[in-house]
Amino acid sequence: MALKGVIERINGSLVVARFEEEPRIGDLVEVGKLGLMGEIVRLSGRNAFIQCYEVTSGMKPGEPVIDTGTPLVAELGPGLMGNIFDGVERSELEMWRMVGPFIKRGVRIAPLNRDKKWYFEPKVEKGEKVVGGDIIGVVQETEYFQHRILIPPHLKGEIVEIEGGEYTVNEPIGTLKTDEGEEVELKMMHTWPVRMPRPYKERLPLTIPLITGQRVIDTFFPVAKGGAAAIPGGFGTGKTVTLQQISKWADADVIIYIGCGERGNEMADVVTHFPELTDPRTGRKLIERTVIVANVSNMPVSAREASIYLGVTLAEYFRDQGYDVAVMADSTSRWAEAMRDLSGRLEEIPAERGFPAYLADRIAGIYERAGRVVTLGSERRVGSVTIIGAVSPPGGDFSEPVTTHTLRFIGAFWALDTELAFRRHFPAINWLRSFSRYIEVASVWWEKYEPRWMQLRARALKILEDASEIEETARIIGEKALPDEQRLTLLIAEMIREGFLIQNAFHEVDRYCDPEKQVKLLKLIMDFHDAVEPLIRRGIPIERIRALKVVSEIMRVKEEKGVEPIEEMRKRMRREVSSLAGEYGVE
Amino acid sequence: MSLREAGLVYKTVREIRGPLLFVEKVRDVAYDEVVRVITPDGEEVLGSVLDVSRDYALIQVYGETGGMDLNVGVHFTGETLKIPVSDELIGRIFSGSMKPLDGMPPPISTDERDIHGGVINPAARAVPSEFIQTGVSAIDGMNSLVRGQKLPIFSESGLPHNQLAAQIARQATIPGREEEFAIVFAAMGIKHEEAEFFRREFEKTGALNRSVMILNLADDPPIERLITPRIAQTVAEYLAFDLDMHILVILTDMTNYAEALRSISIAREEIPTRKGYPGYLYSDLATIYERAGKIKGKKGSVTLMPILTMPGGDITHPVPDLTGYITEGQLILQRDLFLRGIYPPMNVLPSLSRLMKDGIGEGRTRKDHADVSNQLYMAYAEGTRARGLVRIVGVVGLSERERRYLEFADRFEREFVNQGIYENRTIEQTLDIAWDLLSMLPEEELIRIRREYIKEFHPKYRRAG
Ligand SMILES: Nc1ncnc2c1ncn2[C@@H]1O[C@H](COP(=O)(O)OP(=O)(O)O)[C@@H](O)[C@H]1O
Ligand SMILES: [Mg+2]
Repeated sequence: MALKGVIERINGSLVVARFEEEPRIGDLVEVGKLGLMGEIVRLSGRNAFIQCYEVTSGMKPGEPVIDTGTPLVAELGPGLMGNIFDGVERSELEMWRMVGPFIKRGVRIAPLNRDKKWYFEPKVEKGEKVVGGDIIGVVQETEYFQHRILIPPHLKGEIVEIEGGEYTVNEPIGTLKTDEGEEVELKMMHTWPVRMPRPYKERLPLTIPLITGQRVIDTFFPVAKGGAAAIPGGFGTGKTVTLQQISKWADADVIIYIGCGERGNEMADVVTHFPELTDPRTGRKLIERTVIVANVSNMPVSAREASIYLGVTLAEYFRDQGYDVAVMADSTSRWAEAMRDLSGRLEEIPAERGFPAYLADRIAGIYERAGRVVTLGSERRVGSVTIIGAVSPPGGDFSEPVTTHTLRFIGAFWALDTELAFRRHFPAINWLRSFSRYIEVASVWWEKYEPRWMQLRARALKILEDASEIEETARIIGEKALPDEQRLTLLIAEMIREGFLIQNAFHEVDRYCDPEKQVKLLKLIMDFHDAVEPLIRRGIPIERIRALKVVSEIMRVKEEKGVEPIEEMRKRMRREVSSLAGEYGVE
Repeated sequence: MSLREAGLVYKTVREIRGPLLFVEKVRDVAYDEVVRVITPDGEEVLGSVLDVSRDYALIQVYGETGGMDLNVGVHFTGETLKIPVSDELIGRIFSGSMKPLDGMPPPISTDERDIHGGVINPAARAVPSEFIQTGVSAIDGMNSLVRGQKLPIFSESGLPHNQLAAQIARQATIPGREEEFAIVFAAMGIKHEEAEFFRREFEKTGALNRSVMILNLADDPPIERLITPRIAQTVAEYLAFDLDMHILVILTDMTNYAEALRSISIAREEIPTRKGYPGYLYSDLATIYERAGKIKGKKGSVTLMPILTMPGGDITHPVPDLTGYITEGQLILQRDLFLRGIYPPMNVLPSLSRLMKDGIGEGRTRKDHADVSNQLYMAYAEGTRARGLVRIVGVVGLSERERRYLEFADRFEREFVNQGIYENRTIEQTLDIAWDLLSMLPEEELIRIRREYIKEFHPKYRRAG
């Protein structure tokens, strides 16, 4: 029987209720006459502190509360792809259809559509022994995406019955007899508590970079499949655009896009544009591999707290099917603030800036769920979850708690820079403050395009670093007063910035740059450096080098399709350089 | 009949702390319920329930509590805060809590709306993409506004943000369409003369009879400011999504709003985050700002222009900072430009319109628009860098290239940014001025602009062709 209680106090999203008997922490409850969704977050005897996922206006002490007996779970099964959910997995598409364009309270929506039929194709036979994680069949969920139906993690036994055909997610597709002899109905859908990581067999070392098509990331600060990255930056520095770019172009099988406490219009942007764009690798619409969790800034803060867990759980579920999944969390700061809000209402003792003392543990807990693993199941299958989190530091100050704690748990750090954003250098990822711990991993992968990739990358980075020191001096004495060697470094750095680092997300060609083109572009600039450096040493003035037509052409060639124009440019570069050399009688 | 329906008035206030009342021995009170606090001399002040237990309620009062004592009466209304809505609101002037200030009777309507509004379902939002021509080059050319956007002005006291807002309200049009904006104007704690300035401006241009003014002025109760912008957004939402109108909402000054929120938080002894502001300032501001937008299948739109003064000109102050994290960009006015006589004194570099990309280009403004804007940013940034250098090494220390950019920056401010308060430039004029300036630079330097656009729009080729 469901445990009943009565509301004692309402303070915003926090509701205190007194139960007949001690309820269980973490349980989902129905609060008040409207039956709003809530979760028990703290117990004090029979008094339960409930974070309510919906607005509590108009609710009164004395109204009933019912403990549903289960924790907050995600429904997992066909129907996720292309959908858009709130933080507690209510389909916003469905909500719109049911109650119109404004979100209403107390609306019950099953996360997965209960009426839609899917064609289930079995992959196991009667009498087969199966364990948790085994694929028992598949559903072609979108044209591109094959949804693999799994035995839920803790189940095992023998298939008694299984039949292909059209089913809803909730209809039995077969039965399983457990070792204890119990018969269990198999469905395409199962549930999992969002706050609990899904189990796997074994963690694997990270060996493959996630290719995002964004040059500054892939070439300079790569993230590995199964790794974690953070992108902190003040407002307007490019967090969201970068995450959207990665969602569009990364070579992941599945994208989970979590809009956590951010703008409604940005979600509309994803919902509108993803169905129009095609994946460069599969040719299919991007929306076919994307699940959106949208708990925007003016939606209840408590559901925002849950949204990240929901998103990561969805990701793990697809990982368990053997896919490479990338999670975008925009923004983890809003999630941390939701936690702070609740903690404040619970009157917990705060640590820094009002955040609870367990902030670091919670952040770690999320990033820990990234990884490349051997999944459960009798057959060896590998999948990965990559987590990329935006961080929105107040005042753009990276010394605040969310940024500093996040730094400890991630492997790639893309520091956004306000100054770069002001001059519209996008992505505004600062090459001096960013880092990646996955360089070794990436270098092996990149060798197929360029055997000396490590050196190429390191040399380019060195020029950028040197240039920034030289600029310091130039700020005091003026660029004109610098020796020409140093001015050459400045010129090459400028060419790397303009011709390589800057990548306009809205340019029809340059928004995505494949690995081969990345390597060739950078090599072109470095070859130019190597070609003109001797000329400078022989006294040819830097002004003449800068005036070469090819300089601005090199900075533009990224906008051309394919790699042929780069090869053309290289020839042109050689011609111009040797003619200049000839003019000065230099070999 | 329950006691409350009989109009029971509680006289059980135990404590008054700043804008808060603590009331004991209450029964059947709802969270967020509206209360009327009745002073011994019969005056009524609005309040609402912030925290409620079985026999105790915490109330925030939207009026002055200064003269109150524990003998005030508290009447719980059983309702959340609602305002009547109808098309008769248009052309009217109200107080910050919706009392008529224009001598006319209160509006009557059977249709009432909760001032907290609903949340627009993200899946039901339409992406704003119709370019609004404001006639101001620094906005149209480089930070374009689109219908349904929320774009604030970050300013400092003494700068002409009111003039700019009024100019935008006066000039805003969708090129090629005749639809006019109706204006919902909400004042929070601004001076009488400022509010009067807007009223006169609207009157002069005939906008007054398609505007609604909701005024909480400097000497009005500060806590009332918590409801003023919400009333404005409720009116705007009604006009836009029920009556299919295009609404421009101006909210000024959001810093005063945030201070009111802070004073409640301090009175509740909540743990502050920065500068005494509560941790929920972000979410609270979002519940106001996010009500702007467009909805699929609906004709109307709410475009929002909040104005806020940055204390000490500090953009990292929590109010501008959190606003910038919520709005779709920001327009930044700066004192040094103002002192040099530039109007609008807008620094384009930290300014931004996030929705510009969907509103400009072929078929909307002009195909070269995005590239030209990018190039202007780059060139102006170079120019201001050179300007910094001049202070140290003098003009002679600059390279020829740096000198050219320096000159560009000066001309850019004087010819592109600077314009008259009544000057209304078309987007073509704006882009032509831009090209004129860019033609100072060697063509190879225009690397942010596609070659074919250079060939088509660069004055050099246009003259030839
Ligand atoms: N890669 C990019 N290419 C072009 N413009 C960009 C890019 N990244 C960011 N921008 C510009 O910067 C603006 C702010 O970026 P956004 O990602 O929304 O910032 P944040 O999420 O950090 O506040 C965008 O609206 C866009 O104009
Ligand atoms: Mg963002």
